[in-house]
Amino acid sequence: MAAVGLAAVESEVAVSSTVPPFQDFLEANRATVYRFLTVAVGPADADDCFQETFLSALRAYPRVTRGERLDRWILRIASRKAIDHHRSRARSALPTAEPPERATTTVDPTSDDALWDAVRTLPPRQRVAVVHRHVLDRSYPEIAELMGSTEEAARANVSQGIKKLRELIR
Amino acid sequence: MNRNDLKRLAGKAETESRSRTAAGALPDAAATEGLLDVAVGGISSPIGDLLVVVTARGLAAIAFEGDEYRDELLARVARQISPRILPSPKGTDPWRRELDEYFAAGRTGFELPVDRRLIHGIASDVLKQTSKIPYGEVSTYGAIAKKIGHPSAARAVGRALGANPIPIVIPCHRVIGASGALTGYAGGIDRKVRLLELEGVLAPT
Repeated sequence: MAAVGLAAVESEVAVSSTVPPFQDFLEANRATVYRFLTVAVGPADADDCFQETFLSALRAYPRVTRGERLDRWILRIASRKAIDHHRSRARSALPTAEPPERATTTVDPTSDDALWDAVRTLPPRQRVAVVHRHVLDRSYPEIAELMGSTEEAARANVSQGIKKLRELIR
Repeated sequence: MNRNDLKRLAGKAETESRSRTAAGALPDAAATEGLLDVAVGGISSPIGDLLVVVTARGLAAIAFEGDEYRDELLARVARQISPRILPSPKGTDPWRRELDEYFAAGRTGFELPVDRRLIHGIASDVLKQTSKIPYGEVSTYGAIAKKIGHPSAARAVGRALGANPIPIVIPCHRVIGASGALTGYAGGIDRKVRLLELEGVLAPT
């Protein structure tokens, strides 16, 4: 008797998803996402934003569109989380909140503290765009895609951000 | 200020280890949110390290660690059950305990549920019959073929057993050739020998 067609039976099984196991996706992208968030939201909040980013991704994961570049998809989510993080911070800040600490004290302008202080003054979209460009070395078309903006807006965000940093750090 | 200053803020060495720690915290957070569909865990055993794959329905798969089959298996789990797969000792602990008891030579059967979503078609009948072979006994490919109503399909039975996603628990190691030869085992013939020795079918070497 001819062999019973096991392979044929298996090929009829509904294919529910074409994405790799989430643990492989997490392993492949965790370091880049963490690097991005460390500068985009600061080391103190990077952990929380990291969890939120990957939980959002996990929620949507079975429905990811075929052909989606997963490394870009996760950075799009992380970009949104970073911007939301700064906006919700700004909303919850009291009007009487103290100005950023050390703003007027003299610090070694070459130290990381001074650079962190300068980075913290950037508006969220400028900060995120600058990190994509100068920490992750992304091209402008890609930054536009990651931030849901035009390429012109991506260039403007990066150049305005860098200009401001150069004014604060000489 | 130049662009390397910004790169320095990211701290390459630290982000590598911090991201590993953060990724390690994700499975518990995912479980809390009801997003951990498939828990994967490692178990050490006398026949080598095992990878167990557990869903809300039960044990869906066991792979022998170091097997090329592992990646292929997890890809199948992603396609046929859910791609929400994360390492989770918590999610796999109950099965770890039952398997530990089996290997410690006390447990002769498994009580926790299995998830048969990776088993399709004729393999389903073959593996159901295989599950009925008691601890410490063996059957043959031909006998299983007869029981599922395809007496001449011993080869197809062999293939179904070779593709058994839940070895050890669905005891395909208890199926041997009619001549008494052990024939084959997806995890390698040495593992089949060890399992049959453990169950007292073969004398320990």
